Amino acid sequence: MNDCVLVKSYPYPPVNQKEILRYSGCKNSTDELCLLIEKCTSESCNKLVFKVCYREFNITVENDVVDFGFMKVPSSDLCKNLCKCNKAIVFCATVGIELDRLIKKYERIAPSKAIMLHAFGSERVEALCDAFCDDIKAEYDNFNINCCTRFSPGYGDFDIKFQKDIFRALEISKNIGVSLNKNLFMTPSKSVTAIIGLKEK
Amino acid sequence: MNFREFLKNNIVIFDGGLGTLLQKQGLKAGEHPETWNISHAGIVQKIHTDYFNAGSNIVNTNTFGANKLNFASDELETIIKAAVENVKIARDNCVANQPKFIALDIGPTGKLLKPFGDFDFEEAVEVFAETVKLGVKYGVDLIYIETMSDSYETKAAVLAAKENCDLPIIASNAYGEDGKLMTGASPEAMVAMLEGLGVDAIGANCSLGPKQLRPIVDKLLKCSSLPVMLKPNAGLPKIIDGKTVYDINVDEFADEVLSAINSGVRIVGGCCGTTPEYIRKVSQKTIGAKPIDIKEKNITCVSSYTHVVEFGKQPILIGERINPTGKKRFKQALVEHDIDYILNEGINQQEKGVHILDVNVGLPEIDEPELLKTAVCELQAIINLPLQIDTSDIKAMESALRVYNGKAMINSVNGKQESMHSVFPLVKKYGGLVVALTLDENGIPSTAEGRVKIAEKILKTAENYGISKKDIIFDTLAMTISADTSAPIATLGSMREIRERLGCNTSLGVSNISFGLPNRDFVNSVFYASALENGLSAAIMNPYSLEMMKTYYAYRAIHNLDSNCADYIVFASGVEISENKAVSVTNKADENYNSDLQKAIIKGLKELSGEITSELIKAHNPLDIVTDEIIPALDIVGKGFEKKEVYLPQLLMSAEAAKSAFEIIKSNMQTVSKNDKATVVIATVKGDIHDIGKNIVKLLLENYGFNVIDLGKDVSPDAILKTVVENNAPLVGLSALMTTTVPAMEETVKLIKEKAPYCKTVVGGAVLTEDYARKIGADKYAKDAMETVRYAEEICR
Repeated sequence: MNDCVLVKSYPYPPVNQKEILRYSGCKNSTDELCLLIEKCTSESCNKLVFKVCYREFNITVENDVVDFGFMKVPSSDLCKNLCKCNKAIVFCATVGIELDRLIKKYERIAPSKAIMLHAFGSERVEALCDAFCDDIKAEYDNFNINCCTRFSPGYGDFDIKFQKDIFRALEISKNIGVSLNKNLFMTPSKSVTAIIGLKEK
Repeated sequence: MNFREFLKNNIVIFDGGLGTLLQKQGLKAGEHPETWNISHAGIVQKIHTDYFNAGSNIVNTNTFGANKLNFASDELETIIKAAVENVKIARDNCVANQPKFIALDIGPTGKLLKPFGDFDFEEAVEVFAETVKLGVKYGVDLIYIETMSDSYETKAAVLAAKENCDLPIIASNAYGEDGKLMTGASPEAMVAMLEGLGVDAIGANCSLGPKQLRPIVDKLLKCSSLPVMLKPNAGLPKIIDGKTVYDINVDEFADEVLSAINSGVRIVGGCCGTTPEYIRKVSQKTIGAKPIDIKEKNITCVSSYTHVVEFGKQPILIGERINPTGKKRFKQALVEHDIDYILNEGINQQEKGVHILDVNVGLPEIDEPELLKTAVCELQAIINLPLQIDTSDIKAMESALRVYNGKAMINSVNGKQESMHSVFPLVKKYGGLVVALTLDENGIPSTAEGRVKIAEKILKTAENYGISKKDIIFDTLAMTISADTSAPIATLGSMREIRERLGCNTSLGVSNISFGLPNRDFVNSVFYASALENGLSAAIMNPYSLEMMKTYYAYRAIHNLDSNCADYIVFASGVEISENKAVSVTNKADENYNSDLQKAIIKGLKELSGEITSELIKAHNPLDIVTDEIIPALDIVGKGFEKKEVYLPQLLMSAEAAKSAFEIIKSNMQTVSKNDKATVVIATVKGDIHDIGKNIVKLLLENYGFNVIDLGKDVSPDAILKTVVENNAPLVGLSALMTTTVPAMEETVKLIKEKAPYCKTVVGGAVLTEDYARKIGADKYAKDAMETVRYAEEICR
């Protein structure tokens, strides 16, 4: 079990254009939309980072409460997700602040690009989470341990206020530069925190 | 001996990791280590003592996160008092006899500063100031600002220290594997900013091991005229058999550190994963190591939050377009507080290839300190070029320098006593490269010698303020040849002398040379070439001028400053294309569209819309273009959106295309008249920092000819009401994205209903519903931007 927070950097995950369209609210593609996506991806691709920090914790799941040691989360949805798990990985993934700068720039001068960059960022950070989860799955498979689907604060009845505890426990700001504002929003905005339950096969 | 004295002639050994050792003693994830100063004082003292015994000259207080964001003020004082006491006890208990100092440890707050986070710069200064004051009160010897991954937060911490004590300051950053801070700064940029702020040493710590930090430290050594510190982790953490192990052992670590010392590093220590054993080894290996003399690097540069721009090697272009002088449209933008217009000028100049942006927002009728500060903040949020703060208002200069994220260029000081005594203290406090005009109380000397004499006087006065000549750049004043054709002799002569004899860099507002002449570019570009031959380092110029850009690229190509003429080729081939490209406008583009312009707008082709409009306007009445072309095209797209056949990004692309057509029309109208349609005030309500939805509404309303006053985000009910009343606005649009800010929206709606009952309220945003809108008393809920436009048309008609 890792008793400290580890940081990993990933190479550029493959892009899924359909997902970008979906996040931007477009049902069909047109030449102009494809061109817009192409402009957004080429302008931002070398500005992104793909960083994850994570740590494993012993957990207990009892009476609809999950105890991580550093936080006790009353949530029946999380309990369902972590059913029969005695450990969990808590992680935060981000694509970095530069995308926020680009979005901010285009919000002012070309909102269409800003919207598309938002969509692109959402697709990127989810792709990063997928890459990370695949890694963890492969790693724990060696020890005969199954990984549950990742579950984030804000899903179901998992209160988003636990972001504060997660941020402190993983020292996320220091490790990968993601910080939490008063309203519990993350900056860089294209960041995800989540929990992966671990259970023996 | 005080620390500054000791640092002059010695290698300084810092302590090693503390957090990792406390974790081994039982500190839990998420627990504040600072509370252990009281609850586990014995353990903390033991670790401090071990470091002193291992040979540390400096031991840090256990106060990394001791600030008023984490602790109430009386608790904070108790913690810092105990933390300093713990190191004092350790120092007294230590058996070794090296000189020993106590550093107040200050780590980052974990919050990100505005505009991307919600932490205000001045608030950050205040938070750090509180910690500094307490550290000083309880007797630390120096301030150690560490593990900062953001240049802006580093500046806040250093300012707080400078403003509250005279103790030595070591400022150290956490660099990533890409060699930069998380918010983008290079080591060179950090040196430029931190030297300017007057710290005593600059360093790199945490994040990586000594091997990975070495290239970063080498960069610091190359450009820093101050002592450099290296305080790395014990390599990178790995999990072996379920335990965390750092991958560099004690011997390897000490060897790496010794090698850094031999390259010039002056202060060494360890960060995460290092223990007293690491420090003992470092201390043993460095016995007898001779500190290497630190040389003055004499680099003339400015920096942004990402990079430095150095003067003297390549000609530097300073974009002059953010300046209202002689620009009607720009003045209008300033009066209307249209920041987007300023940002556009910045972005366009960056695309043209300038290295620095001059920022001048001086107009008699505006609050310049406030507007200059806003302009600097907004520009540096989205453009990574260094800025030249251009103002004669000292208050405005200070307010802008204070919030500037880097080392700014300052325009300007001159040889008048009054000017020097008001500008130099600011340069000393905030750092900066200041443009010095060679004029004084007696005016502008007509001879080169006279101007050089003033330059010498300026250098001398600067030296008295502790400002070195590398931070002064001289402008020998270009004067128009239309009044006196001999004027350039003194300008160029003094420039050459200043460059060659005084060894200083020079800058020039090139285009003044042609004032009053026709086709000024012809003269400007030739004068620019002459100035470059006479040693001009930087030109304040118009990057949209093709003649000037031709000179710039050609000069570099023929002076061996552009290898393989690569830049010239890119530039010159681009010019060919744009000169050959002509837009042909037909009345019927293809069967599906009524005209070329309508097609361009419907397809969302921004550049093309602008180009077609430029052609159309030669033969058509501007207002006819609006009513016959733009509005019908927008209506087609708007209807498609309402029918869900067109999606939001497409709607926006069309709106942007229409906007670019409007800009052409606006700039071609004889007088910029207020729109005949009504004024709509829009804002994101107090507490909410999201504004993309509101910006979309703004764009569409403008498209439909409304006069939009955008108050931005996080706007108080009173401010909104004030604007509504002042403009007698019939409609106000409010946006809120978060449930937590809907009460602020309700409060605003109520206030407007009460004090300005003639004004209708339309609300929107992710969390709102028709029901909710009714409940808070709004007149209208708009589910999207188009619906807001339709409503505005309905009530303003």
